Amino acid sequence: MQIFTCPFCGPRDESEFHFGGEAGNTRPDGAGVPAERWAQYLYMRANPKGATREVWVHLTCGEFFVMERDSVGHKVAASQALGGAEKSE
Amino acid sequence: MSAERLSTGGSAIDRARPLSFSFDGRKVDAFAGDTIAAALLANDVAIVGRSFKYHRPRGVWGSGVEEPNALVDIAGRGPNTRATTEAARQGLVAVSVNASPDAARDRSAFLDRFARFIPAAFYYKTFMWPDWHRFEPRIRAMAGLGKVDPTWTAPEAADQINHHCDVLVVGAGPAGLAAARLAAHEGKSVLLVDEQMVPGGSLRHRDGEIDGKSTAQWITESLSAVTGAGQLFLPATTAFGIYDHNLVALNQRHQDGRPDTLWRVRPRRIILATGALERPLPFADNDLPGIMAADAALVYLRCYAVRVGRRIVIATNNDSAYEVAEALIEAGAAVTLIDMRQDGLPSAPKGVTVLRGRMIASAQGKSSVESVTLDDGTRLTVDSVLVSGGWTPTLHLFCQARSKLAWSEKRAAFLPGDPVEGIAVAGAANGAVSLSEVFTDAVRATQSPSPAPASTGREASGGVVPAWPIAGAKGRIWIDYQSDVTAKDVELAARENFVSVEHLKRYTTLGMATDQGKTSNLLGLALLAGISGRSIAETGTTTYRPPFTPVPLTSFAGPRSGELMAPVRRLPLENTHRAQGAVFQEYGGWLRPAFYGGTDAEAAIQDEARRARQSAALFDGSTLGKIEVIGPQAAAFVDFIYYNTMSTLKPGRCRYGFMLSENGVVFDDGILVRLDEHRFIVSCSTSHVGAVHVRLEEWRQDRFGRDAVYIHNATSEMATLTVSGPASKQLLATLDLGLSLADADLPHMAIGEGRFAGDLLRVARVSFTGDRSYELSIRADRAEILWRSLQEAGKAFDAVTLGLEALMILRAEKGYIVISKDTDGTTMPQDLGVDGPRTKRQTDYVGRRSLFTEVAQAPNRLQLVGLAVPDGEPPLAPGAHGILQDGLKLRSQGFVTSSYLSPVLGRPIALALIERGAARHGETIDMQHLGQKRHATITAPCVFDPSGARFNA
Amino acid sequence: MTRRYSAFSLFKEGLAGQTGWEPAWRSPSPKKSYDAIIIGGGGHGLATAYYLAKTHGVTNVAVLEKGWIGGGNTGRNTTVVRSNYYYPESVALYGLAHRLYEGLGQDLNYNVMLSQRGMISLCHSAIEMEIAARTVNAMQISGIDAELYSVDDVRRVAPIYNFSADARYPVFGGVWQGRAGTARHDAVAWGYARAASGLGVDIIQNCEVTDFIIADGRCRGVVTTRGEMRADRIGMAVAGHSSVLAAKAGFHLPINSYALQACVSEPVKPILDTVVLSPGTGVYVSQSDKGEMVIGGALDRIPSYGQRGNLPTLEGVISGLLEMFPAFGQLKLMRQWAGIVDVVPDSSPIIGESPLPGLFLNCGWGTGGFKAIPAGGTLLAHLLATGKHNDISRPFDLDRFVTGRLIDEAAGSGIAH
Repeated sequence: MQIFTCPFCGPRDESEFHFGGEAGNTRPDGAGVPAERWAQYLYMRANPKGATREVWVHLTCGEFFVMERDSVGHKVAASQALGGAEKSE
Repeated sequence: MSAERLSTGGSAIDRARPLSFSFDGRKVDAFAGDTIAAALLANDVAIVGRSFKYHRPRGVWGSGVEEPNALVDIAGRGPNTRATTEAARQGLVAVSVNASPDAARDRSAFLDRFARFIPAAFYYKTFMWPDWHRFEPRIRAMAGLGKVDPTWTAPEAADQINHHCDVLVVGAGPAGLAAARLAAHEGKSVLLVDEQMVPGGSLRHRDGEIDGKSTAQWITESLSAVTGAGQLFLPATTAFGIYDHNLVALNQRHQDGRPDTLWRVRPRRIILATGALERPLPFADNDLPGIMAADAALVYLRCYAVRVGRRIVIATNNDSAYEVAEALIEAGAAVTLIDMRQDGLPSAPKGVTVLRGRMIASAQGKSSVESVTLDDGTRLTVDSVLVSGGWTPTLHLFCQARSKLAWSEKRAAFLPGDPVEGIAVAGAANGAVSLSEVFTDAVRATQSPSPAPASTGREASGGVVPAWPIAGAKGRIWIDYQSDVTAKDVELAARENFVSVEHLKRYTTLGMATDQGKTSNLLGLALLAGISGRSIAETGTTTYRPPFTPVPLTSFAGPRSGELMAPVRRLPLENTHRAQGAVFQEYGGWLRPAFYGGTDAEAAIQDEARRARQSAALFDGSTLGKIEVIGPQAAAFVDFIYYNTMSTLKPGRCRYGFMLSENGVVFDDGILVRLDEHRFIVSCSTSHVGAVHVRLEEWRQDRFGRDAVYIHNATSEMATLTVSGPASKQLLATLDLGLSLADADLPHMAIGEGRFAGDLLRVARVSFTGDRSYELSIRADRAEILWRSLQEAGKAFDAVTLGLEALMILRAEKGYIVISKDTDGTTMPQDLGVDGPRTKRQTDYVGRRSLFTEVAQAPNRLQLVGLAVPDGEPPLAPGAHGILQDGLKLRSQGFVTSSYLSPVLGRPIALALIERGAARHGETIDMQHLGQKRHATITAPCVFDPSGARFNA
Repeated sequence: MTRRYSAFSLFKEGLAGQTGWEPAWRSPSPKKSYDAIIIGGGGHGLATAYYLAKTHGVTNVAVLEKGWIGGGNTGRNTTVVRSNYYYPESVALYGLAHRLYEGLGQDLNYNVMLSQRGMISLCHSAIEMEIAARTVNAMQISGIDAELYSVDDVRRVAPIYNFSADARYPVFGGVWQGRAGTARHDAVAWGYARAASGLGVDIIQNCEVTDFIIADGRCRGVVTTRGEMRADRIGMAVAGHSSVLAAKAGFHLPINSYALQACVSEPVKPILDTVVLSPGTGVYVSQSDKGEMVIGGALDRIPSYGQRGNLPTLEGVISGLLEMFPAFGQLKLMRQWAGIVDVVPDSSPIIGESPLPGLFLNCGWGTGGFKAIPAGGTLLAHLLATGKHNDISRPFDLDRFVTGRLIDEAAGSGIAH
């Protein structure tokens, strides 16, 4: 059981959280987006081994936030509200 | 063997409390405090089990969790229980594993004579012709150890406990006790655990004096210091796993018959004082009963007053066996000590013959060891052989925490390598040998400024010479007792290029038995290293995986069984429905009335559906999602969320729409209500409420912001009761609802607010039946009064109460879909006949771009249709496929998603997703279900009141 | 030529103390160049090498393995072999694999212990039975053996299942595939390695690819911890680490890495004769020939490259197992582990040329790669030998994420994986 830190609620068990996706995957708007660009947004992922920046949601409070962690050793470096202040571990 | 219980001594047993149990049908006398293994030895039972593959006779090897041999099935307690850690209890029935009729007379013992033809991994090289299936059943029957009783059920659920502490100390031997005592003294919250039933570890049976006190006294004092400071000690508790973020899992065994308890411990700091395990020595037939770990023999002597033999040979490569020799001499045995070492030997205990620089080459004996032959050819008659091949620090947990080991030539052992955050290793686990070293190390591990306890015990030197198996040695040298792996098997694996330790393990099954190789792994990899010309460090170890010792599955399950596996959600009116005779079923996680009354479900459902079209029907739709979207940008928000344009909706009105996923697939459907300029209610499918809510939040936070929109899930606050049917308006008119029901004031697809018994009531004229309908939403705790009033009012109209099954028929007659029943994970809105927004909308919405991919524009998409069957035929089977002969190949053209007998139409109806279906109304299509073929005619999805006249009838 | 394995050779060696066996595969030094290089010495990579040599006569081939062969997901899965898929594209792919498995022991002269004991995927509600009927009909139409089982049929093949009336997940029936079963996972890797090596393929262990050699927009070779190697056709079959290599080659894949956990109980005498999957609990279980219950469940919820079991998922899986088989409450957990799987949005594999010409992909198998090994090998070998798709691999090309032609079994049927 890992411990993640919600920027609003503090450290909680991993089971209260849900993975939202890689951070920085901006949605291209419009019907005219090239198919390749749309596919990239929808499906293509860096999926880094090691340091990652991800969007998570704390299901208990419903807030989405950005978490930096290591995808191998599972050490959590920081979590940060969307557009909010950093909250270190 | 000639083991016996001595008339005095035995620190663990209570002679005032004799008991007896049975082993393989034989009565075994014991005392309270005995383990099963101790009692078996006390009764001179040499053969306690049979090995996995060759059915070799095996005796007790050790005194703890490392035991490879002494496994028993215990009635009511399960298979493969370690006799060395299980307490003897009055009346217990133990049976040896993998033996028939019993361990002593095992019928399969002949297999050992064919061992040369069935070496490691032989099965990969044969049984291919004609087919493995010919051989498999017999091989399977031979394999496996104990037996499962198929009728067993859990007497009670296992407890699971979450625990937080400053320091978790694993192991209550000298290092663990000292560390726990220091930590407690410094005011830290401490949890101390030990896998044995009593604390003390090696201090229980080894000599020593600590701070001027006897070991027994020091154990008692130290423990009191820990518990006296309000801290916790758990005996019979094994730390079996360290998981992410240093969560430690413990398995606590109970002596009162309760199932084991799982502890999930989150310590700030972990001190592993897990000690070390004694290794066997490699010589031919070193697996004979009567050959055991020297340290275990000392445990049995001092704790259980069992002397394991009269004529004993002790073979060693280190100092630790000398104390064993001395103790056994004192207990009246004749002891010869064989030390591999030439130099640096301790002084010989009085009365013990020491043969220096010698080792055992082979052992002989039929059912147990009778003699040994030394490397110089000397033959010694014995009834017991005790071996000490050096000590392996117990570092399983340390390795589970992703850390590396470092090989120490000096200690001939792997020791902790790089440190892991939050974890310290102390004592014998860290390579300390003598008691003073152990204490110094424990103090270091606690990071305490206090001095270490002063030990005046036996100060062993730590000098050890390696005793690894050597390639080409004569006879069968057993490495893994339980898996029956010999040195020759390791040689064979190396010969065949299985030279990675992981390959060795998998090819020979070395270390894969229930003991997970605690005594065997190092010998195996040392031999492999020798053969392949690598050092032991280069060869490395296999990965250590949890659990350290086998853990009952019930511990992991805990209370999660039956409804607690995944609790169903229940309606506020459940009891009222039950009183009305509802038969409940689970739909999308909710327990809901399927139909009311009667044992003939089909007849009841048909009756409900028929009567609903005649007068009035009452339905509890409380599970329907009700999520409020509020704020200055609420209209823009729902436009983005929905496929359909929603911002044009007028306050007080309702509109049906789809929500798509970004991949364009219809995710949910439902009615959106606009209460006022900035306030909407999203109603969504019962099973989708949670997911829809998260989606709304995601887009709100990602795209609109906190100030723009606010979202509130009101699903469980409000109950929704529906009145449908031609008489619904008249029925409602008999109640005082505080609003005008006139169609001009409350037309179809409009919402009004009233009051019922003082509470706010929302009345929405939306219909899932196709008839005039009113959805009444009220605080959930007032739903019962409203429901009773509706039922009472309904009597005058012969109103029927609808279960979900009848509602399913009514909506299918209208061609209304149920998401993920009538759609699948590929269905897009245009497939459901709603193409307008796709072609016309100019603003962006979720999933928009995906509606224009190649596949979205493909001509052969599955589209929603109705299917009619020839007169007199029964309904189509849901799941039946439309088929097409395509050249030589048969292929699917889609499938039936819903199928019912329609009482109002008097014939079967069906909804289906069929290739190009929208353009094929009137066509006949071949259907197939479980090999049976039929015909059907493609129709529009709606087959009842297509003009919608009944909304206002 | 490698020496044939048989009961006779085993007997002969028995008389000679088993000392005459040769290495199962050679461990040569790497050469500077090959006709084809396969990155990844798991089942898929080794099978690719074998079929390249056997079917296409391309023997100047290297298989590069960063650790020890079969040490990734090939050696970490729950060994289920089945082809009960919904979409015709999947049926073609997994059906090919299933047929090849049926002759694999004799083809490789290595007993992979294919045990076709049948698999039952249970249904816990009337709705699930409807979906099951849809699935069974689809499979029968595609020519795959499948039957819709009633409760009584299930009782026959899994008599110790929890059929009690108050079970959380009552049994309504299930989807039965009689040809499904299990195979010995390590033996599949070793059998392919031995056969490929016998045909001249170089299997190079402890050799990690650290970079690609790219010239004129094409992949021309690899840089490894054991030196540079050149080849004009390079295949990668590195499940769990596909994104890592893709990044080195300069592109992204539609993959997230997750740990999939599995565990085994202590070995007991035979008590369960089929593979049983419950969608309610998400748990599947079979009993190995050795007697252990081999237990698998759902993916972990957190993307990860850590090959490590965790506690919450394990608790969920075990409680599900005991709900299915209460008598297994007598058993103890013996070993727990995890593999890293490539999770693709539609849970179907990616087979085809990558955005870097000359580099071909075999990845994205999710939790189901083991059962597909012979097909994955056949198809990647075809691509490497001809540079082109065949009909079976075509739908699984990476371009489906642009066209939207996903092959999502979860979308079409009730089978979760």
